[in-house]
Amino acid sequence: MKNCYINGVGSVSAQETSDYETFLENYKEITTNITTVCKPNYRDFIKPNRIRRMASGVKNGVVAAKIALTEANLDSPDAIITGTGMGCTIDSEKFLKNIVANDEQFLTPTSFIQSTHNTVGGQIALSLQCNAYNVTYVHNATSFETSIIDAMLMLNDDASKILVGAVDEIGKQTTEFYKEAKIVKPEEIIFKDGLLNSKTKGTSLSEGAHFFVLENEKTTNTYAKIKAVEIYDILEENKIEEKIHQFLKDNQLDIDTIDAVILGNNGNVEFDCIFNNLQNGIFKHTQQLYYKHLSGEYYTANGFGLYLASNILKNQEIPEIVKINHKENKSLKHILLYNQYRGEEHSFILLSSC
Amino acid sequence: MDNLKQELKEKIIENLNLEDMNVADIDDNDVLFGDGLGLDSIDALELIVMLDKDYGIKIADPKKGKSIFESINTMAKFISENRN
Repeated sequence: MKNCYINGVGSVSAQETSDYETFLENYKEITTNITTVCKPNYRDFIKPNRIRRMASGVKNGVVAAKIALTEANLDSPDAIITGTGMGCTIDSEKFLKNIVANDEQFLTPTSFIQSTHNTVGGQIALSLQCNAYNVTYVHNATSFETSIIDAMLMLNDDASKILVGAVDEIGKQTTEFYKEAKIVKPEEIIFKDGLLNSKTKGTSLSEGAHFFVLENEKTTNTYAKIKAVEIYDILEENKIEEKIHQFLKDNQLDIDTIDAVILGNNGNVEFDCIFNNLQNGIFKHTQQLYYKHLSGEYYTANGFGLYLASNILKNQEIPEIVKINHKENKSLKHILLYNQYRGEEHSFILLSSC
Repeated sequence: MDNLKQELKEKIIENLNLEDMNVADIDDNDVLFGDGLGLDSIDALELIVMLDKDYGIKIADPKKGKSIFESINTMAKFISENRN
């Protein structure tokens, strides 16, 4: 495979990540079970005549993409690849509610046009006047990782600069469904350790948008190199360790050469045991990190994980707030991200410093 | 007629998400599309549906749309002449 460097990062999340000159310096303590993003000043990034039709997820996606492109000093990429678990839920809900409320009559076009899964990718392309390859992957919790795999395959072929990212937004009705299904915790959360040591079902729901410029060539702004990505929709619990070992071996590494592992613990006692087993098992002597106490959970929350890993490798510093345990790290060369959602949709991302 | 014009301005601002505008910003003679208020073809569809849903008026001849939606004055005149 050709090289795949992260040369630009843009993030809009429950933290002030859209302020790209800082890195989790003044983090927000999330204690609510449903948390929306810290809104950037959208008008700094989007023209007023376009902004009025955009729901929050679309705006967040466009802002994150523009920050990543600006950082990478890139005007127009060879491809725009987006991952989303639920797509544009706010406009989907609006359109469906209008259908019911108006007895299938008088349906207006705006919310229908804005409700498609490819709305974010489309709006980014429109704002850049970019007619290149534009695809959106919708595979629940591996939507983002699937997008990265597609980008890496394209970089291995003819493309040299790709914008890849992920977006999910909180919709009011969808959240009610999540509450009914007990996917969201009913109680408030004690920040950091409360989520990590939770004994109840459900998680802390949130939203976010994360975009990355991936290129073949290293630049002065390079954050890290993506070495490999692997996803498994179904993976038996007793096979996870074996798959991690094999994944690392395929990339000429082993557990001992991993400087930090970023885990996707989300406070759901039903499925966090999968992470806990790894923490007490193969990663016992590894620096363990997690981020969903800062980002909340959503299908593409691993975009926040990649934002975190990229910044750690670039700065060669791990913020205390993401540490699960405390190990001595002289330098940070390799970081592994492992995520799963409700016992399924497992993903491995391997990053190296440059 | 003045009440109808006021109502139309409120509906346009709400239905078309003109976030930064209020009723006082729209003059009765302001051109709604292009260089005026800056509305576009998607807004035109929203206005056609609004006339049908809120005033029971279907625009049978699309060619007349341009003159009907020229300004608040032309819209109000058309509605008062054709509403059920």
